Amino acid sequence: MAWPVLSVVTFLPVLGALLIMLMVRGNGPFGKGTARWIALWTTLVTFAISLVLVRRFDPTSPEFQFTEKHDWLGVASYHMGVDGISLPFVILTTALMPICILASWTSVQRRVKEYMIAFLMLEALMIGTFASLDLVLFYLFFEGGLIPMFLIIGIWGGPRRVYASFKFFLYTFAGSVLMLLAIMAMYWQAGTTDITTLLHHGFPAGMQKWLWLAFFASFAVKMPMWPVHTWLPDAHVEAPTAGSVILAAILLKMGGYGFLRFSLPMFPLASDYFAPLVYTMSVIAIVYTSLVALMQEDVKKLIAYSSVAHMGYVTMGIFAATHQGVSGAVFQMISHGIVSGALFLCVGVVYDRMHTREIAFYGGLAHRMPLFAFVFMLFTMANVGLPGTSGFVGEFLSLIGTFKVNIPVATFATLGVIFSAAYALWLYRKMVFGTLKPAVEGIRDMGLREAVIFAPLVVLTILFGVAPKPVLDMSSASIAQLLDGYGKAVKTAKEEGTQAPKAAAAAAPQVEASVIPVSATR
Amino acid sequence: MNNLMSLQALQPILPEIALAAGAMVLLMLAVFAGDGAARFVNTLCILLLIGIGALIVMQPGGRVTMFDGGFVIDDFARFLKLLALAGSAGSLILSLDYLTREGLQKAEFGVLVLLATLGMMLLISANDLIALYLGLELMSLPLYVIASSNRDNAKSTEAGLKYFVLGALSSGMLLYGASLIYGFTGTVNFAGIAKAVQGGAGTGLIFGLVFLFAGFCFKISAVPFHMWTPDVYEGAPTPVTAFFAAAPKVAGIAIFVRASVVAFPGITHSWQQIVVFVSIASMALGAFAAIGQTNIKRLMAYSSISHMGFALVGLAAGSAEGVQGVLVYMTIYVGMTLGTFAVILSMRRDGVMVENISDLAGMSRTKPTMAFMLAMLLFSLAGVPPLAGFFGKFYVFLAAINAGLYTLAVIGVLSSVVGAFYYLSIVKVMYFDQPAPAFQRTPALVGLMMLVFGTLNIVFFLYPAPLLGAATAAAKSLF
Repeated sequence: MAWPVLSVVTFLPVLGALLIMLMVRGNGPFGKGTARWIALWTTLVTFAISLVLVRRFDPTSPEFQFTEKHDWLGVASYHMGVDGISLPFVILTTALMPICILASWTSVQRRVKEYMIAFLMLEALMIGTFASLDLVLFYLFFEGGLIPMFLIIGIWGGPRRVYASFKFFLYTFAGSVLMLLAIMAMYWQAGTTDITTLLHHGFPAGMQKWLWLAFFASFAVKMPMWPVHTWLPDAHVEAPTAGSVILAAILLKMGGYGFLRFSLPMFPLASDYFAPLVYTMSVIAIVYTSLVALMQEDVKKLIAYSSVAHMGYVTMGIFAATHQGVSGAVFQMISHGIVSGALFLCVGVVYDRMHTREIAFYGGLAHRMPLFAFVFMLFTMANVGLPGTSGFVGEFLSLIGTFKVNIPVATFATLGVIFSAAYALWLYRKMVFGTLKPAVEGIRDMGLREAVIFAPLVVLTILFGVAPKPVLDMSSASIAQLLDGYGKAVKTAKEEGTQAPKAAAAAAPQVEASVIPVSATR
Repeated sequence: MNNLMSLQALQPILPEIALAAGAMVLLMLAVFAGDGAARFVNTLCILLLIGIGALIVMQPGGRVTMFDGGFVIDDFARFLKLLALAGSAGSLILSLDYLTREGLQKAEFGVLVLLATLGMMLLISANDLIALYLGLELMSLPLYVIASSNRDNAKSTEAGLKYFVLGALSSGMLLYGASLIYGFTGTVNFAGIAKAVQGGAGTGLIFGLVFLFAGFCFKISAVPFHMWTPDVYEGAPTPVTAFFAAAPKVAGIAIFVRASVVAFPGITHSWQQIVVFVSIASMALGAFAAIGQTNIKRLMAYSSISHMGFALVGLAAGSAEGVQGVLVYMTIYVGMTLGTFAVILSMRRDGVMVENISDLAGMSRTKPTMAFMLAMLLFSLAGVPPLAGFFGKFYVFLAAINAGLYTLAVIGVLSSVVGAFYYLSIVKVMYFDQPAPAFQRTPALVGLMMLVFGTLNIVFFLYPAPLLGAATAAAKSLF
C-alpha cells in the first residue's frame, strides 16, 4: 500500500503520451507503428494496475479508499480516492482504452502520433475525473477532457467535423462554467472544496437549489438530457469510431457520476425538490428520443439517440433515490458503456469496409459476415434490454426503483423499452437480414484483430447479464451510505416544515423503503 | 554629512534611479554609436531591465513611503514592478530579430522602452495624484513614439497619432478628475483623500472619481475607452504591440487598484458600481467583437480588452482576495501574451510578416511544436483547465462570488464561453484546415520565448504555490 496506486493509474497514460511525443519522429510507417504499440502497451499496463485497485478494494466499506492528499492551490488540495461508486467507472475507462486503441489500429492512418497522444491524455483526464476528491481538481479533469476530445472530433472526424467539434466544446463549456461558480460559492460557504467534507456539510436549503441548478446545467449537458442533448448526435456521427466509443462509454457517464457524487448527497433537499423536473425530462428523453431514433437513416445517429434514451433511465433511477434505482443507474451506466461502445465498434467494422453509415446502403450482411451478424445481434439485444444480457439488469433495477416512488413515471419509461426494441430490431433487420445487396457483395467478415476487440465485450455483456452481483456488490455499501444521508436530510427538513406534519409521515415509509438492499427484492 | 544622510534615504528608490541613469547612459551610447549599434543597445537595455529586476528582488521587505507620502514601496509595488519589467524585457527580447529583419533598427527604440518602463514603475508606486500623473505621462509619451516607430508605414504613423490624440484626451480627463478630487478633499495624497471620504462623498467628488477612472480605463483599454486599441495594435510594429499588450496594462491595473483601494475605501460601493459596469462591458464587447476579426493582431486587441474586463472582476470585489486575484490574473496574462506574440512574430513567409488568421492554416502539420504551443496558449486564454489561464479566472471569480457579485460572475463566465469560440476558431484553422505554405524558420530567441512561456503555461498547475504566495503577500500590503 506504500505506492500511490491511484495516481499511478491516473498519470501513467500521460507518461505514455510524453514518450510518444519525444520518441516518435515523423509519420512514416515505422513512426506510426511505434506510436500505436506504445499507446497499446501503456493502456494495457494501466489496465493491469487498475486491477490492483479492484483486488485491494474493500467493498464492505462505504468510505473512500486509496486516498492521497497533498497541498496544492491553497484553496484546493490534490486529494484522490475512490469508493464503490467511482471505482467501476475507473475500471470501465482503463478497460475500454486498449480496445479503443486496437479499434483505431488500421482505420486511423493520418497523424497517428497526435491521435495516440490525444487518446492517452484523454484517458488520464477521464480517470482523474472519477478519482478526484476535491471539487477544483474534479473540475480541472472534467473540463480538461474537452481539449483532446475537441481535437479528436475535429481532426479525425467526418465531413461536418468542425461544426460537431465546436458544438461539443461550447455546449459542454457553457454548462460547466456555471458549475465552477457554484464550486466557488460552496467554498465560501463551507470553507473547503474537499469532497469528503462537503458530503457531510449540509448546505442551507435556499442555497442548495441554486447550487443544484448550476451543477445540473453542467451534468445535464454532459449526460446528455433532453433538451440539451442535440450536441451528442452530431458529435457521435462525426467522431472517428474510437472517439464515439469513448464519448458514449465514458464521457457521458461523467454526468451521471456527477449527479451521484455531488447533486444527490450534497444537495439532498434540492434533489428532492427538483426530482419531478428530472423525472419529466427523463421520461421525455426516453420516449421522444426513442421515437426520433426510429426515423434515423444514419446508423451512428440512431445509436446516439438510443444513448440519450438510455441515459434517461439513469437520471430517472438516480433521482428516484431508492437503493434499487441508484444501483440500477450505476449498473446501467457500466452496461451501457460496454454495450454502446460495442455497438459503435460494430458500426466501425462495416464503416471501415464500405465508408458509409447509411442504413439503406446495407442489407443481408448475414450472408457474408456471419461472425459480425452474431456479435451485432448480441449487442442489439443487450441494447434492447433482453434478460440474460447486462442491459436488462440496469434497466430493470432503475425501473423498479422508480416504480416504488412514482408509478406514472415508471409506466411511461417502460414504454421506452418497447420503442427501443422497435428501433433496434428494425435496424438489425435492415442491415443484417434480407437479401444481400449488390453493393455489399464483396464485404469481408471480421478478422482476428476485430474478433479480439469484441471478445472481452461479448463475455462481459453476458457475464454481467447472468451474474451482475460483482458490480452491484462493489457499489452497494457506498450507495447505502449515500441514500442513508439523503433520506435523513430530507426527513429532517420535512419534519422541520411547520405546516407539513402529514408530509413527513408520508415520506417516512418511503425513506425506509429506500434503504432496503437490492438483494432483498431481487 | 547631511548630503550623505539624504543619499541614504534615497536607497528605497534605487531601482528607479538606476533605471533612469541607465536609460540616459544608453541614450548617449545610442546617439554616438548610431543606428548600426541598435542591436547592441537593445541587448544592453534588456540586461539593464533584468538588473533592475534583481535590485527589486534584493530590496528589504516592508512598506516605505517617501517624498511626503507621495511615493510608496510595498509588496504590492514590488510584485507589479517585477511583472512590468518582465513584460518590457520580454517584448524587447521579442523585438531584437524583428527590428533587424524589418530594417527598423533605431538605436533609441530600447531606450524609449526603458523610459516607458520607468514611468510604469513610478506609476505603480504612486501614492498621490501628482506622482500618479507624472508616472502616467512618463509612461505614455514614449509609447506614442514607439507606436509610430515604423515611420514610413502609414498604418504605424496613424496608430501613433491616434494613440497620442486619444491618450492626450484621456490624460486631460484624468487631470480634470484629479483636480476635482483635490478641490473637494483639499489633498492630493491617497491617505489624505481616504480620510476625507471616510464618511461618504458628495456628488462633486464622485464626479472627480468618474473622470479619474475614465483615465485609468483608457490606459488599460477597458470599455468604453477602448476604441484606440484595435487600430493601434494593428498599426504598431508587432513587438511594440506585444509590449503594449503586456507592460503598460500591468501599470495601468496597478494604479487602478491602488487608487481605488487606498484612496477611496470609504466609498467602495460607489466605485464598485463603475468597476462592475466597465468589467461587464469589457468582457462582453471583447468577446463578441473579436469573433469577426481576420487579423490576428486586431483579434489580440479585442482579446486584451476582454482580459482587462476579467482582471477588473477581481477589483470589483474590492477585497484582499480580489486584489490577489487581479495580481495572479495579470501575471498569467503577461505570460500568455508574450507567448502568443512570440508565435505571431514567427509568422513570416517569403521574407514578409503575415498577420491573417488564415495564414495559420494547417500549421499543426508544417510546424507541429509551434502549433501545439499556440493551441495551448489559446485554450489558456479561453480559460480552459488545467492551463494557466484557468487559474487566473478562478481567483478573480472566487473573490467576486465572495463579494456577492453574482450577476457579474455569471455574465463573466458566460462571456468567457463566447470568447472560447474565437480562440477555438484559431485552433480550428491550425489543426483542422488544409496546410498553407510553411513559415520561415523561427528566430532562435523568439522560438525560445515561445517554448518558455508555452511550457510555463502548460505546467503552471503543477506548482502554483510560489505565485499564489507572492500575490497574497502583495495584496495584503494594500489592506
